[in-house]
Amino acid sequence: MTTADALRTRVRDLLAAHPPATTGRTAFLQARFDAGLAWVHYPEGLGGLGAPRSLQAAVDAELAAAGAPDNDPRRIGIGLGMAAPTILAHGTAEQKQRFLRPLWTGEEVWCQLFSEPGAGSDLAALGTRAVLDEAAGEWIVDGQKVWTSSAHTARWGILLARTDPGLPKHRGISFFVCDMHAPGVEVRPLRQITGEAEFNEVFLTGVRIPDAHRIGDAGQGWEVARTTLMNERVSIGGMRIPREGGMIGRLAEAWRERPDRRTHAHHQRLLGLWVEAEVARLAAERLRQQLAAGQPGPEGSGMKLTFARLNQEISGLEVEFLGEDGLSYGDWEMTRPDTVDFTGRDAGYRYLRAKGNSIEGGTSEILLNIVAERVLGLPAEPRDDKDVPWKDLAR
Amino acid sequence: MTAPGAAPDLRYSDTEEELRSAVRALLAARCTPASVLARAEGGRPHDPALWQTLAAGIGTAGLLVPEELGGQGAGPREAAVVLEELGRAAAPAPYLAHAVLSAVVLLHCDPAAAAPHLAELAAGRRVYVPALPLTQAPGAPLPPPVRDTGSGTLTGRATSIADAVAADVLLVLADTGLYAVEASGVRLTARTPLDLTRPLADADLRQAAATRLAGPETGRAAVQRALLCGAGLLASEQVGIAEWCLDRTVAYLRTRHQFNRPVGSFQAVKHRLARLWLDTAAARAAARAAADALAADAPDAPLTVAVAQAYCSGVAVRAAEECVQLHGGIGMTWEHPAHLYLKRAKADSLALGTAGHHHTAVADLADLPAP
Ligand SMILES: Cc1cc2nc3c(=O)[nH]c(=O)nc-3n(C[C@H](O)[C@H](O)[C@H](O)COP(=O)(O)OP(=O)(O)OC[C@H]3O[C@@H](n4cnc5c(N)ncnc54)[C@H](O)[C@@H]3O)c2cc1C
Repeated sequence: MTTADALRTRVRDLLAAHPPATTGRTAFLQARFDAGLAWVHYPEGLGGLGAPRSLQAAVDAELAAAGAPDNDPRRIGIGLGMAAPTILAHGTAEQKQRFLRPLWTGEEVWCQLFSEPGAGSDLAALGTRAVLDEAAGEWIVDGQKVWTSSAHTARWGILLARTDPGLPKHRGISFFVCDMHAPGVEVRPLRQITGEAEFNEVFLTGVRIPDAHRIGDAGQGWEVARTTLMNERVSIGGMRIPREGGMIGRLAEAWRERPDRRTHAHHQRLLGLWVEAEVARLAAERLRQQLAAGQPGPEGSGMKLTFARLNQEISGLEVEFLGEDGLSYGDWEMTRPDTVDFTGRDAGYRYLRAKGNSIEGGTSEILLNIVAERVLGLPAEPRDDKDVPWKDLAR
Repeated sequence: MTAPGAAPDLRYSDTEEELRSAVRALLAARCTPASVLARAEGGRPHDPALWQTLAAGIGTAGLLVPEELGGQGAGPREAAVVLEELGRAAAPAPYLAHAVLSAVVLLHCDPAAAAPHLAELAAGRRVYVPALPLTQAPGAPLPPPVRDTGSGTLTGRATSIADAVAADVLLVLADTGLYAVEASGVRLTARTPLDLTRPLADADLRQAAATRLAGPETGRAAVQRALLCGAGLLASEQVGIAEWCLDRTVAYLRTRHQFNRPVGSFQAVKHRLARLWLDTAAARAAARAAADALAADAPDAPLTVAVAQAYCSGVAVRAAEECVQLHGGIGMTWEHPAHLYLKRAKADSLALGTAGHHHTAVADLADLPAP
């Protein structure tokens, strides 16, 4: 097994061979990947060393201290948090070789083509069709996706499409990697309540996807997607943050800077939320320590639920606390940002963006169902959509 | 000592899990809800034989006492695990008063005077209880001390002392210092407690014979240390209470049918239980952080303790309230153990400082000043 000491030596060797001061950003990140220091728990040759996941933090810290560039996880969050673990778990050797390195270095950005106008929480109801052209060894895809974050900057998309409408909905789905530059892919900005267009509509018209870009067996897409979704939930709550590291830090800072605005009513709410944010941070840390070795389980959904609620309450209090200043908004201009920013900009932006935290990556209602059924073992509600062919479902 | 910013260890070690199994097995065999209720109704909630096995047999009494003083040389992390299990069983055992509060008080008294008491305490031979109201919060002003009436005797009164009826020795703060007083020389008047599993009594001292353990300054400081540690570890008892309430409620609603389906399949019910699970998991992390900070004597231990207390009290009470509500009519009965937990949780929310008290402590410690 790779020990902390062995990793430290590798970090030093990497820094010696590629001094951050004189090495280009991408070149450094490529070298880091090749040294197995990208995600140490990944296999050798794929950016890792098969080491315990828990050793990553020390590697990151040591490289950051040496002034090494990071791969800007905020810009490539979907690739890192969702595409990568899915490809690692279900991809072929060629797919892993082809996709993981540029994904990790940020040379190629990924997006997630899952949701559709008619299929959100009930994702398995999706209707985008993929039909195999056997002669060409290609799938031909037609349909529409929606709420696709970063589609405008993405090189690749993970795509769910229906390959057999005659089967019940969970069984007729396949999982593909879609080339966002392929003919027939059209990305249109969708403006959101913050004013900017972080997500998009994506129209797919006769898009050709080589069969080599199918992940998992045809018809097994739902199993593959479950890996993606499970990782999506923890990747939102799973980061290690210091005390006051999240949204609460902005509010605490405002509180300290503006004694003139303090009221007793706000003080009570501030202290309650400060304590809850600190406890949520500790709970996430405890989950991280427990998971250090294994794969994320349904517990990760819990962290996302808590962060969504707290982000909304804290940012709401912050707008109120600012009084007159809380009435102004920074900027309504429609931009198409290339990063997703939960805690940045001004209080009004944070308040509005936080509304998405209980919708994106599974709504809080759906996640509470997951916790109740998968963690607590409570019975599912009776349902009548499981054995009906997808084509016969009500829509 | 934990470096600033270093993450606390929030897991349980293998030895801690072994300790948990031993305590849980003992309580499962000898401290069932029915037996707790029967004893409480008889007016004698404590079970001295059970206490002997817990304190001396398993050796939990001396977890906080170093080995050279006759203890187990463990620490707050291990004591926290015992408290989780005692909370899970709503066990009427004077553990918090004896093995946590009294142990920490004695550890901060004059070593020579305290040593024989620590040895007795750690061996579980005699029960020690501090003569303070259960509501006494760390950092809050202490009640007026009893008077030193000369020639080694004390006179005065102390109220709402938890588990005093089980005590052999009371630790008493007087104007001239901190003293050990034989309980047999003190008149105890029992109160009818809200929490049937943690009896309360008032103590009248009339020229009670006392042995001095520390001067007034040292004595008060020792008591404050003990209150901080007690508040931090009480959070673990609260986690145990919440966990029992959640487990029992989930188990019940999985099988209870109404409207031709399990009640636990209704989303309105599921979401409440899922939220309770979330809050219980968070409370566990907060309680573990407090135990770890106390064990490491971390500089931010007072803040971590205040956070844990401010959070865990409310979770335990809500878990017990949900347990009663979601059991329906049966949850409202004397026969069902839910009320033992509700009473314990509610009393615990007043013990060692309310959530409000600890929120105010957070305001000071985290630099979030009041208007
Ligand atoms: C900022 C943002 C970014 C996003 N980025 C992406 C992306 O990059 N890629 C992508 O594929 N998708 C993305 N999404 C889509 C997101 O995953 C969906 O919006 C989400 O899953 C909900 O689906 P829906 O919008 O169709 O709502 P619906 O499913 O129609 O839900 C409407 C309401 O009904 C509730 N509801 C639905 N079913 C149940 C039930 N069984 N029990 C109780 N309540 C229920 C929901 O909780 C919600 O409140 C993004 C969304 C947002 C807000």
